[in-house]
Amino acid sequence: MTATPLVEVRDLVTHFTHRVGLFGTRREVVQAVNGVSLDVAARETLGLVGESGCGKTTLGRTILRLVARTSGEVRFDGQDVFALDLAALRRMRRRMQIIFQDPDGSLNPRLSIGRAVREGIEVHRLARGAEADGRVEALLAEVGLPAGSAARYPHEFSGGQRQRACIARALAVEPEFIVCDEPVSALDVSVQAQVLNLLLDLQARRGLSYLFISHDLAVVRHVAPRVAVMYLGRIVEHGPSDGIYQRPLHPYTQALLTAVPVPDPKTKRARVVLAGDPPSPVNPPGGCPFHPRCQHPGKNESCRTVRPELRELAPGHQVACHLADR
Amino acid sequence: MSGPAPARPPLLEVHDLTVNFSGSDGVARAVDGVDLTVEEGETVGLVGESGCGKSVTALAILRLVEPPGHIAHGSSVRLGGRDLLALGAKEIRAVRGNHVALVFQEPLSALNPVLRIGNQIAEAIRAHEAVTRGTARWRAVEMLTAVGIPDAKRRASAYAHQLSGGMRQRVLLAMALACRPQLLLADEPTTALDVTIQAEILELLDGLQRKLGMAVLLITHNLGIVAERTRRVYVMYAGQIVEEAATEQLFAAPAHPYTEGLLAAIPRLDERRDRLQAIPGQVPPATAWPEGCRFHPRCPHAWAKCGTEMPPLLEVTPGHRARCWLVKEPERRKK
Amino acid sequence: MSPWRLAARRFARNRPALTGAVLVAALVLAALLAPLLTADPLAQPDPVRLQNQPPSAAHLLGTDPYSRDILSRTLHGARVSLVVGIGAALLAVTLGAGVGLTAGLAGRRTDQLLMRGVDVALSLPRIVLLLAVFAVWEEAPAAAVVLLIAVTGWFQTSRIVRASVLSLREADFVAAARALGTTGAGIVRRHLLPHIAAPVIVSASLDVGNIILLEAGLSYLGLGVRPPTPTWGNMIMDGKDVLFSAPWVALAPGLALVLTVVAFNLAGDGLRDALDPRAAA
Repeated sequence: MTATPLVEVRDLVTHFTHRVGLFGTRREVVQAVNGVSLDVAARETLGLVGESGCGKTTLGRTILRLVARTSGEVRFDGQDVFALDLAALRRMRRRMQIIFQDPDGSLNPRLSIGRAVREGIEVHRLARGAEADGRVEALLAEVGLPAGSAARYPHEFSGGQRQRACIARALAVEPEFIVCDEPVSALDVSVQAQVLNLLLDLQARRGLSYLFISHDLAVVRHVAPRVAVMYLGRIVEHGPSDGIYQRPLHPYTQALLTAVPVPDPKTKRARVVLAGDPPSPVNPPGGCPFHPRCQHPGKNESCRTVRPELRELAPGHQVACHLADR
Repeated sequence: MSGPAPARPPLLEVHDLTVNFSGSDGVARAVDGVDLTVEEGETVGLVGESGCGKSVTALAILRLVEPPGHIAHGSSVRLGGRDLLALGAKEIRAVRGNHVALVFQEPLSALNPVLRIGNQIAEAIRAHEAVTRGTARWRAVEMLTAVGIPDAKRRASAYAHQLSGGMRQRVLLAMALACRPQLLLADEPTTALDVTIQAEILELLDGLQRKLGMAVLLITHNLGIVAERTRRVYVMYAGQIVEEAATEQLFAAPAHPYTEGLLAAIPRLDERRDRLQAIPGQVPPATAWPEGCRFHPRCPHAWAKCGTEMPPLLEVTPGHRARCWLVKEPERRKK
Repeated sequence: MSPWRLAARRFARNRPALTGAVLVAALVLAALLAPLLTADPLAQPDPVRLQNQPPSAAHLLGTDPYSRDILSRTLHGARVSLVVGIGAALLAVTLGAGVGLTAGLAGRRTDQLLMRGVDVALSLPRIVLLLAVFAVWEEAPAAAVVLLIAVTGWFQTSRIVRASVLSLREADFVAAARALGTTGAGIVRRHLLPHIAAPVIVSASLDVGNIILLEAGLSYLGLGVRPPTPTWGNMIMDGKDVLFSAPWVALAPGLALVLTVVAFNLAGDGLRDALDPRAAA
């Protein structure tokens, strides 16, 4: 890894307060992100895997300061993102972008694709008039949209094409780092492959860094050489993807991997089937957050009482489990 | 006829099923001449991408297609030899839920938000069987236990919104299976769920199926689920069945370029590929299916004939058919 | 095609809505041209011999108890109805949109304050309030009627706008705009206003009919815009006593009122259907 990573996240905590009850008098704290540290190097992809409600989306948005943090630090190219004033933050936004899961909801239906892509160019005064038009055309061509798309509206495109438009909008400000939040989850298999290939091509061509968030382990394996697994607001395992996919150390990762149906009728695998649903992030269990669902035979008292920290058990491969090396 | 006595007719026999939707942009032929069979106790996969007509097929089997959609003349859906399309309104209602049940992708919208889940299941039972309220209620709790809901007696008085997604899908299964149907149409039953929950639900479905001896038509876009859970599979594209085979056969030797494309396009857990083989282009809209073979604009092997003549389902090996001219002219396959 | 043009196309295909829109246009035109088309609505050529005359070549819709020409008065009355109806609806919607936007965008405290205020305002009996004000304010000009009706009529709009702003704030395209560095004002202008425009336009157009009826009710009671200025309300009042001997006196303004309200409601319903985001292309 390089000396200074492009993005450094240290002990990041994001809690939301909800008012509940008849008169909104009771407060509920959702502990969406609960002390996460990770790095993304320049030109690298870090995969972030987890199931719904684990906090991966909130983590991505907190890194971009789209959501307020509770504590902890995010540094982008050495600068503390949360220390920036609004003007500096706006300049910083040019360098880090986001792509969302639902290409339907992330394009304003009342703006043409061209105007959507132009937004960043206008905000940062990167070009004007005909030059801006030319840039928009070039971006749309780069993401593989047909000529003439700029004047058309989101409803005239398929899901895959809309996701391409979102990618073009993010690229318009020439970012170095993109948070890809489930970018292909809403797409059909055949189109998903097109968009993944596009993201890989763009990375190679433009030297982008990705934080690639997904619930789909197979997709993440395909794009990310390094993977972090998230459960209830914490990273429970983190390391090179070959290591994680071939020798998962955390019982949750093991369950997650064996739960994925493999498209090959000849493989019959032993499956770790978990019991029950993930606990609510409003009051996560004490000790190891995974202990109520954990199927590890060696589960013991310390799992219930002591929260395991990430420990390095193989080069670059960390796991937060008391039992991982037993 | 000679040889062994004629086999019993299949449990479900769909023949030439066509569903049209008339809209302002013209008529959309969402399902176009679909033939499929499901034997008793068998799990059959119906796989395809969004808009291919797989969900409409399931709805049409139970005659649940809403206007502007309508099932075209000449279609037939036979359940145990009985033509469901010829039944009166009352008779088809007696089939729904009782002989054939349906589970949808989105469990929240399929449950009534103002009814306690136990009562909902009890009501479903009483709609088909003359049992007392108490018996129905007791059977509802029994069903909830069978689908693995802990503390079912207490949970029976919960409302849908108080349950997690996985629990709701279990409730839906309990409701669908309460009358012990012979056939379950499961339309993307686990798509909205997390993988660990999906695994739980699919295991549960397997167990229940074996216990009840029912057949399942499993409709999904997920080839992994098809590989693990089905014995036979139909692949749908643009309203038509394009390939039909035993599951192992389909994965070992796909005959239709679309099936091949799908298999090559999925990222795999068990092997790392540098670049995915994407299928170029988009699925065409149902109002404008291409002439000839509907896949030809996206097909790497297509030649002139594919653009003009629609191939029928051609036999590759017994039990394996594909709607592709390559079956007859394999030398046209490009390397 | 842009969503606005799609909506226009849907509207044009909707026959009742189009009929409503054509009627509204005709009414506006007739009201504008009233001074050119007809005689002085205040002239009383012969209060004794020409009163309550049935329709004739000289007076196409007859005359009223003061011998004034009913056609002329009906067309001039349209001016009051339309000015009050359209003016008050536009003003009310602007106020409502402003308050709704502020509530939706401001913090919890301001939002709570504004919305509780709206709750209180909605519980006030609007008609009684207007009756009381105009009973005291005898020489109220049309502008005052517009203003007061608007000031007492924006509450629902503010709720609609606030609700759309709250849901739009969570939309991914707004998050994307923030991630691009777009300023708050830019997000309001580019992403929020075009979205709330549709429900606001619909609510305004459906409001016009109600306000016209409200104004007619007030002037029927002799409040608001007062006689001798012709309004449909005070014309119906004039015809009340001769309802059986000279039914045309009340009939003309009454029909005009019904026609106008129906026209606005048809057009408003059509707009709602055309602008419905769920409607298919």
